[in-house]
Amino acid sequence: MIFLLQQMLFFSMPLMVVAVGGLFSERSGIVNIALEGMMIFGGFVGILFLFLFTGRMSGQYALAIAMGLATLAGMFLGLMHAYASVTMKANQAISGMALNILAPAVAVFVAKEVTPSELIPFRQRFFIPVVPVLADIPILGPVLFQRAYITTYVAIAVFVVSLIVIKKTRFGLRLRASGEHPHALDAAGVKVSRIRYAGVLISGGLAGLGGIIFFIPTSVEFSASVSGYGFLAIAVLVFSRWEIKRIIATSFFFGLMQTIASAFSGIPFLAEISFIPAEFYRMLPYVATLVVLSLSRGESAAPAAIGVPYDVSAR
Amino acid sequence: MEMLRVYSSLLAIVAGLLTGLIVLSITNPGQAWAAFNTMLFAGFRRGLRSVGNVVYFASPIILTGLSVGFAFKTGLFNIGATGQLLFGTYAALHIAIRWTFLGPFAWVVGLAAAVIAGALWGVIPGILKAYKGVHEVVSTIMMNYIALFLVNFLVRRNIYNSLNNESLPVPRGGIIPKFGFDRVFAGSNIQGAFVVAVVATVLIYILLNKTVLGFELKAVGLNRHASRYAGIDEKRRIVIAMMVAGALAGAAGAGIFLSDSLTFLKVHDTMPTEGFMGISVALLGLKEPIGVFLAGLFFGYLIVGGQTMQLFDLAPEVIDVITGMIVYFSALSLVFESLAVKVFRKLTREGEP
Repeated sequence: MIFLLQQMLFFSMPLMVVAVGGLFSERSGIVNIALEGMMIFGGFVGILFLFLFTGRMSGQYALAIAMGLATLAGMFLGLMHAYASVTMKANQAISGMALNILAPAVAVFVAKEVTPSELIPFRQRFFIPVVPVLADIPILGPVLFQRAYITTYVAIAVFVVSLIVIKKTRFGLRLRASGEHPHALDAAGVKVSRIRYAGVLISGGLAGLGGIIFFIPTSVEFSASVSGYGFLAIAVLVFSRWEIKRIIATSFFFGLMQTIASAFSGIPFLAEISFIPAEFYRMLPYVATLVVLSLSRGESAAPAAIGVPYDVSAR
Repeated sequence: MEMLRVYSSLLAIVAGLLTGLIVLSITNPGQAWAAFNTMLFAGFRRGLRSVGNVVYFASPIILTGLSVGFAFKTGLFNIGATGQLLFGTYAALHIAIRWTFLGPFAWVVGLAAAVIAGALWGVIPGILKAYKGVHEVVSTIMMNYIALFLVNFLVRRNIYNSLNNESLPVPRGGIIPKFGFDRVFAGSNIQGAFVVAVVATVLIYILLNKTVLGFELKAVGLNRHASRYAGIDEKRRIVIAMMVAGALAGAAGAGIFLSDSLTFLKVHDTMPTEGFMGISVALLGLKEPIGVFLAGLFFGYLIVGGQTMQLFDLAPEVIDVITGMIVYFSALSLVFESLAVKVFRKLTREGEP
């Protein structure tokens, strides 16, 4: 049971971070379907660093640097996306798809050059066996503080900071205004393009960070795929109706579905006694998102100016 | 003005290829130029045999390219070609493998089933878009993953080869005939999918340019509100556009798997690449059927070139880097294009008395 809860945490945390990343971009008015590519690229750069410098420094420091690099890698793709969609006013969905094609291609190409296969292995040694004192708390202790990864704490910190930034700061207000009514923002003397650049860059950084948070606890190698987690994060964002407070619950719900599905493949006995095949649990988040979308009378929840390049002269 | 659009596509190709050359030079400076040259001319290296292989890789992505391009014409971005292709593939495989009583006609029924299944998968986001205002980019992404897991489930249940974790081989009668093209392009892997792609290109060209429906679809794509004002039921047109787009992607699925090229539908968590390739093909082909056909051949040519990279100890994925850059640049060039059109209009207007 504890194992399953911990597994659910490992599935939910990357979803939460990447969905929050998506929120920053979409709230500023820029569609970001490149989350998948940004995750892959972040995971790739971070794990490439771990692979090249393995053994030269202590585990947690190496992991911290890898997370930093993953964030920067994601921001680089964010910059490409922002240049296309803000400066060049290009179709944001097309630019996003281009990055989704580009990121895994670069990752596989480089991986094949530095390793014999297309996989980049890393040594699994990043968990903290027991966090003193905190580990003794009933239920929460074993889940959060035994065999724990700092990636989990980073994810929680990202969520809390993002919540404050979006809800309580001037930048957060401007970000939301940029997605709802950019002309009002412009009239108030704020450069819309600057806010949108910031939103997309933060989005890329968080998606890149989410990429490495995805790989570290659940895998031992990088494989140029995050199994559709970037797209699942879009589902999380839409299901949460672009509301940051709802993202945490949605991530846990979608993470739970993944856990049930993967528990089936781990324990074949479960699959045999269940009436519902594992694939249906994998499908459920996407079906639920479609249902929510079609019931909520269209996109009333989505930022009003999303996907529309800002045109000063249209004011 | 038409030429302007062609130039912007050519510009995207050149920019993409240059990026590829840079990537090669960084990884293997000594052989980059030789490798790049080999890649560029591999599609003709062994004459008709190589050309046949180009056509083999081009056929399915021409069909998905037509699917994406057709939806673009009605102002819709069909990211869901992947899911439509998967669902169509399953329908085709199920009939070809299980309905053996059809004998030599199994491929006809299989292909038709793929078209219908793909259309069904396309119609759902179409209806959601037209009547519920759900953006098609989001809904087609969801439909892709629903299709992936549903098809995995169905394959494992009905047509499963558990030894290789993939679908069972297709019997003779289920394979789309090659109409003699395998003798013209002897030694190549060319498949009947080529004929399907040619027929589809012609049909879509006629539909878009010679019929009232095509005119209405394009009108809805240019301005939904003006079309409604002109008496076109724009919601219905959106549903029809997604249905046709889905049907084309479904046909692509049948084209890939109802063949003797030893391709089987794997049961795993990754999407077939042909769906997303369709986006690249449609953009490079300027969303026009003939353009899409040529762009499909170009990408097929690139794929054959990528395979020669192993001779130089380089990964064939360099062509995916090139593809990604081409899509990125064509996103930018769409802007150049509309800008240039505006300038052009202004100039001509000033020129008039």
